[in-house]
Amino acid sequence: MLSIKNLHASVEGKEILKGINLEIKAGEVHAIMGPNGSGKSTLSQVLAGNEAFEVTSGEVTLNGENLLELETEKRAREGIFLAFQYPVEIPGVSNLQFLRTAVNAMRTHRGEDEMNAAEFMKLAKKVSQQVDLDPAFLKRGVNEGFSGGEKKRNEILQALLLQPKLAILDETDSGLDIDALKVVSDGVNALRAEDRAILMVTHYQRLLNHIVPDYVHVLAGGRIVKSGGRELALELEERGYSWLGVEDEEAAAH
Amino acid sequence: MATTDNEVKELIKREYEHGFVTEIETDSFEPGLNEDVIRRLSEIKQEPEFMLNWRLKAYRRWLEMDDPTWAHVDYPRMDYNSISYYSAPKKKEDMPQSLDEVDPELLRTYEKLGIPLHEREKLAGVAVDAVFDSVSIGTTFKDQLAEAGVIFCPISEAVQKYPELVEKYLGSVVPAGDNFFAALNSAVFSDGSFVYIPKGVRCPLELSTYFRINAANTGQFERTLIIADAGSHVSYLEGCTAPMRDENQLHAAVVELVALDDAQIKYSTVQNWYPGDEHGKGGIYNFVTKRGACLGDRSKISWTQVETGSAVTWKYPSCILKGDNSVGEFYSVALTHNYQQADTGTKMIHLGKNTTSTIISKGISAGRSSNAYRGLVKFQPGAEGARNFTQCDSLLIGDRCGAHTFPYIESKNKSAIVEHEATTSKVSDEQMFLCRQRGIDPEQAVSMIVNGFCKEVFKELPMEFAVEAGKLLEVSLEGSVG
Repeated sequence: MLSIKNLHASVEGKEILKGINLEIKAGEVHAIMGPNGSGKSTLSQVLAGNEAFEVTSGEVTLNGENLLELETEKRAREGIFLAFQYPVEIPGVSNLQFLRTAVNAMRTHRGEDEMNAAEFMKLAKKVSQQVDLDPAFLKRGVNEGFSGGEKKRNEILQALLLQPKLAILDETDSGLDIDALKVVSDGVNALRAEDRAILMVTHYQRLLNHIVPDYVHVLAGGRIVKSGGRELALELEERGYSWLGVEDEEAAAH
Repeated sequence: MATTDNEVKELIKREYEHGFVTEIETDSFEPGLNEDVIRRLSEIKQEPEFMLNWRLKAYRRWLEMDDPTWAHVDYPRMDYNSISYYSAPKKKEDMPQSLDEVDPELLRTYEKLGIPLHEREKLAGVAVDAVFDSVSIGTTFKDQLAEAGVIFCPISEAVQKYPELVEKYLGSVVPAGDNFFAALNSAVFSDGSFVYIPKGVRCPLELSTYFRINAANTGQFERTLIIADAGSHVSYLEGCTAPMRDENQLHAAVVELVALDDAQIKYSTVQNWYPGDEHGKGGIYNFVTKRGACLGDRSKISWTQVETGSAVTWKYPSCILKGDNSVGEFYSVALTHNYQQADTGTKMIHLGKNTTSTIISKGISAGRSSNAYRGLVKFQPGAEGARNFTQCDSLLIGDRCGAHTFPYIESKNKSAIVEHEATTSKVSDEQMFLCRQRGIDPEQAVSMIVNGFCKEVFKELPMEFAVEAGKLLEVSLEGSVG
């Protein structure tokens, strides 16, 4: 489904990704782990098409189509979804209006009729219960005054509504307490499907207890330095990154 | 970011939709202004003596005054002798007795503007007094309003039919010598609307006026006077458009509102005069004086404006809160793009006890435009227990525009309470990225974000205006963010 070949990307002239190679097939769940500053978030932003990052070389295809040629919104319509690490607020724009606009943009792209307000309300209420968000949140401004956990649940709510082909979850577990982590994980597990792939970016192994990945990759210094199965994550938890010859920049800084 | 800059440019590039010129014969004065012109104008309008004298007095005051220069706007000083002070569509016979007799070309103009004067208006429950260049064309729903005792007619008609009301209230809120443009308007105003709501009457319809400047080299000086007698209620809407012309045109209107005991006036404006092209050529100079007097106890005046048009806007709808417990409100969205300049805001003058005022101003700047909020909140010694709340928010789109806030507060009463909040924000790259990542077009995203920013003001607009205002922002913004 997703094929990344020798991907290099930089931000403000500084190279962050230094040759990423990764193949993800439909139905698979991949986890990318690594120390801070290794390029995990950059990879998710680049895949989603954030123009603050410049792709200097390499190629990325989604079901054979060159993803890098597509603008952000077109990638989204082709099925790329990014759950943000720090979801931004849009004051005054109701969550409901925002979500319906997004869902209808996708539907229009697929040649389907737009959903009217009543139909959408029904669907959105159902899905918000699935992630344990009070439907009252639908009427509030997008992420406006939401707690960290509510923002993360709102991201999963969006993934469930938009039904992407590839869901990229950027540190979705950060800042969540155990209960919220469970709710979010249940939401992500509900997304698992034969025709859908999930790419999780995380710093901590604990998320992988709830969402069990098929593959785990270690990203360090802008490259994938090791790949393995679920057991690799457990090993990282036990031994840290140093046995891979990787320095945790955060640890080094302290 | 490079791409978002391009988005900004795209959004801003959208063309003015109301820029058509209507081909109809007009009777116009030669350009120029002197006492003879005023006498001729007054004669054509068959005005009583007091009106002519009032005009002449205003003209003499105006001659002694200069263009104001304190506003944060920059434009070449106008030659007031190059403007024609009267332009009326030529009548085939006499005055049209019904809409059927109005020039069909003119009616088609209104159709294009989306203000059909016939059945659709009735369904919408709006009575329209349409001012085309300088003359009121036809007022709908006169009968229905007459039943309720409401007077809603062109002010030229009111001068003849209700001279005592006009003489009593005209200039009572905005004196002829109030400022340069008000003086000019007082001397040469050609038409506008007059509204009188009798005691205890709730006006059965939302009243509406549509203004359009059509002829070239013409100034539009409409004058509106609304009197809400004790215990009455009225909601009044005004919309404005003008054709695209390379030269600048002057619009210097005066609006006066009078609210007696327990009366309420809600005045809403959607101003979409031609803003000039993307290089700043052409467009309307919109120099308007709007003021309401809450004369009566517990009276209320509420101004809501959505300003997206005009090359230069100079406009401060204000309230004089004289009656005890009277209430003044100002809700404003002002959007500027390309080379537009706006200096707009309000004055809330608290005279009576326990008077309250609310100011919510939302300024949106895009392109190379400049957008200033200027406001005065004043508490006079008698304003015991008065309060004001002011919130001024600015939103910047791109990095070549400017936003300025000039709030003035003067308090001569220690018990007065004033709260002021101000914010400046940008449509952020992060907000745009979130929207686009969810499949939303950049243009639609900007429009959604800007509409969200304006929500507090839009909810004050009458329903059909709120829809129009939202669309107008979309049109005016097509393509921006940075």
